Amino acid sequence: MKLVLAAEAACLACLVLLSQAAAAKNSEDVRCKCICPPYRGYEGHIYKQNVSLKDCNCLHVVEPMPVDGKDVEAYCLRCECKYEERSSGTIKFTIIMYLSILGLLLLYMVYLTLLEPMLKRRLFGHSQLIQSDDDAGDQQPFANAHNVLNRSHSRPNMLNKVEHAQQRWRRQVQEQRKSVFDRHVVLS
Amino acid sequence: MSNGGGAASSSTHLLDFLEEPIPGVGTYDDFHTIDWVREKCKDRERHRKINSKKKESAWEFTKSLYDAWSGWLVVTLTGLASGALAGLIDIAADWMNDLKEGVCLSAMWFNHEQCCWTSNETTFAERDKCPQWKSWAELILGQAEGPGSYIMNYFMYIYWALSFAFLAVCLVKVFAPYACGSGIPEIKTILSGFIIRGYLGKWTLMIKTITLVLAVASGLSLGKEGPLVHVACCCGNIFSYLFPKYSKNEAKKREVLSAASAAGVSVAFGAPIGGVLFSLEEVSYYFPLKTLWRSFFAALVAAFVLRSINPFGNSRLVLFYVEYHTPWYLFELIPFILLGVFGGLWGAFFIRANIAWCRRRKSTRFGKYPVLEVILVAAITAIVAFPNPYTRQNTSELIKELFTDCGPLETSQLCKYRSQMNGSKAFTDDPNQPAEPGVYSAMWQLCLALIFKIIMTIFTFGLKVPSGLFIPSMAIGAIAGRIVGIAVEQLAYYHHDWFLFKEWCEVGADCITPGLYAMVGAAACLGGVTRMTVSLVVIVFELTGGLEYIVPLMAAVMTSKWVGDAFGREGIYEAHIRLNGYPFLDAKEEFTHTTLAREVMRPRRNDPPLAVLTQDDLTVEELQSVINETSYNGFPVIVSKESQRLVGFALRRDITIAIENARRKQEGILLNSRVYFTQHAPSLPADSPRPLKLRSILDMSPFTVTDHTPMEIVVDIFRKLGLRQCLVTHNGRLLGIITKKDILRHMAQMANQDPESIMFN
Repeated sequence: MKLVLAAEAACLACLVLLSQAAAAKNSEDVRCKCICPPYRGYEGHIYKQNVSLKDCNCLHVVEPMPVDGKDVEAYCLRCECKYEERSSGTIKFTIIMYLSILGLLLLYMVYLTLLEPMLKRRLFGHSQLIQSDDDAGDQQPFANAHNVLNRSHSRPNMLNKVEHAQQRWRRQVQEQRKSVFDRHVVLS
Repeated sequence: MSNGGGAASSSTHLLDFLEEPIPGVGTYDDFHTIDWVREKCKDRERHRKINSKKKESAWEFTKSLYDAWSGWLVVTLTGLASGALAGLIDIAADWMNDLKEGVCLSAMWFNHEQCCWTSNETTFAERDKCPQWKSWAELILGQAEGPGSYIMNYFMYIYWALSFAFLAVCLVKVFAPYACGSGIPEIKTILSGFIIRGYLGKWTLMIKTITLVLAVASGLSLGKEGPLVHVACCCGNIFSYLFPKYSKNEAKKREVLSAASAAGVSVAFGAPIGGVLFSLEEVSYYFPLKTLWRSFFAALVAAFVLRSINPFGNSRLVLFYVEYHTPWYLFELIPFILLGVFGGLWGAFFIRANIAWCRRRKSTRFGKYPVLEVILVAAITAIVAFPNPYTRQNTSELIKELFTDCGPLETSQLCKYRSQMNGSKAFTDDPNQPAEPGVYSAMWQLCLALIFKIIMTIFTFGLKVPSGLFIPSMAIGAIAGRIVGIAVEQLAYYHHDWFLFKEWCEVGADCITPGLYAMVGAAACLGGVTRMTVSLVVIVFELTGGLEYIVPLMAAVMTSKWVGDAFGREGIYEAHIRLNGYPFLDAKEEFTHTTLAREVMRPRRNDPPLAVLTQDDLTVEELQSVINETSYNGFPVIVSKESQRLVGFALRRDITIAIENARRKQEGILLNSRVYFTQHAPSLPADSPRPLKLRSILDMSPFTVTDHTPMEIVVDIFRKLGLRQCLVTHNGRLLGIITKKDILRHMAQMANQDPESIMFN
């Protein structure tokens, strides 16, 4: 699972970098928003424009001005103007990354729960061997010692390593599932 | 003091130099308690070794610099990762939440607010309508209004809520069952010295992040603050494995975890100082001053990263950052204290109800169907929540709306009554407008929302999906506070000639701010359920930026804590720890009974005698049979059976690993080889097999108390030093042993609780 960790770390780094890079690239991502309440018969209105921070005030943004010359100041005093910026690139990247990770996990889940037992049932002879491996519980007092000392052995074959890691992970998840869902020992 | 590594010191014999440390000795089993004293000694030994080599060469000097700075590096990486993950969770949760309502056709990845960001079709009265955002009824049926589209929207809302909840619980069940729940009770236990392998691992981190978004988006009555603390601690744990200083030492790792939990709260609330205080008050067990500075640094780094990702487009960290500047008046302390009483009562009620429900889930057949339970709760929540606009929207948005005070720029339903109250200041041509019924319908809906949230949160906290408690409690308090605030405001308006109001309020002026009442109510309810004090006040005032409101907040939080403590001393997290039977020795409880050590120690009168090992009399076969027949975690080593004088203490795991290792590496160790714990082998006949020396795994300085020591002192020793077991002597001879589990059982017995509920060692 170190690959997953590395991929996750790379994604996070990309996220932070992209957010910095895409911060003010898009001119549509900055705006000045002025909210003006009802005034003497004129209705309330919201004005938005893509102006920079120094131009973000009532006089530049509220166009067309609904009141005449002498009332403009009184009208503008009631308006509240705020400068806002967002990063649409970050949002797009985050949502796409999240949905792709979710999709991958769903596919893996479907494979683990539905496809793998079906494949194992086809190879009937193998299934008995693998199942007996899974049932070896660590009730013996020396089982932990085996685990601890076996860690120093290295398997030369890459595929065997992946298979071995996956089997060990599945055993761990099964143990966790037993403690949480069946025996209700941890996590109420 | 001997440590598990067998490091060379100047006074040991030459043969010790040839003994390499046995791999695996000094590690712990799953669901066991660590030995804080041993871990701290190991760390000091390592530090001494590095320091002594520092002057030898430039490489050693660099290594010592790296060792000194690795703490800061871990904490920085943890802060970066926590901030980035919190940004991802916020953006994704916002988007998925709005997916229940509709989609943005021009850009699918925008939620409702972002979709209408650039549009000019929004009006003052309806700020969130724009043509790019289409609700599901509009997409499927082609029309936006009418009963048919209401029913279609209702149906799609329930469909999305159910599918998100189902996905979340399936992912948790298949990939990482430890990712469910809040995480804070287990992290508290881990930080006090317990080991739960896999709880802070990579898969738990990934699944917790992904399913937290799904759980929040499904509309369930939960929040994401507690799970964010778990996520941050997972990051801290994972990064600490890159540095041997932290990966090999369980005590140092817990320093990093304390800093990580501060970073977690900091990104959840946008409150770095509050996060550090939360870590100090709620989560951590030992909190040295060095951890204080590192936690603050982690919280600031995380807050900075989150701010630079800028999820909400307004440069604030949390959605409900509001700024007030209106003052409060002295008579308002009465309703604030009433809100505190409400918070305390609700907290006590919630803790009792939730624990009763969780106990039923644990012990009866009902807990066998977790997936069905989640779907059922999500369905009920969605069906009841949709008609009421206050429960249909995101809970964070609801809190923000309740905190925001009514001004001329606000158009929510809650403010409809203002225009007819300030009759003389309204800029309408017709001052004889009939009274707006808007506020009455809003109050009814708020009351119904309050009852709904109170009931649903009891069943939601503890489900098998990541669930937090902070946001629902704050929502309940904010609703209650806002109702009280509007009531007081109406009272002040219609009875402005009463003495109370005449002193402080003028006619027509806004002297009551209902938004402030909502804030105080939120703090009171959160304090009532978690029993936090300082950290809660600091978090709320960092959330709102109002220094002038510290006194009302403190009054409400103190009142709610006192009222809550009158019903039961535990907060929700301690109650869950007790429900699960974790071996957590609470530092806040006082032990006030007058029992002595000999009444608590084992063996008791009817028990078999204490299982001891003699220092040079045993064979390997006898040793293995002692280990196989008993299930104790450690054995005292005595000089001989006649004089029961104490030599040291040896742990079961270390003995088994050492015997396995010796069988593998050394030739000539047979079943009848002699095992000796002394420095020199005992004299043996010439044809006996090679003896086995186990001195390196022996703890030569175990803690002892006499049998007449009061239990108050014993409990104090266990708390302050972090012991796992303590030997009891009488007139210098070994009498018995007290373990942490014995102490917890004794305390439970003294408090008339079930001592058999303490499950772990």
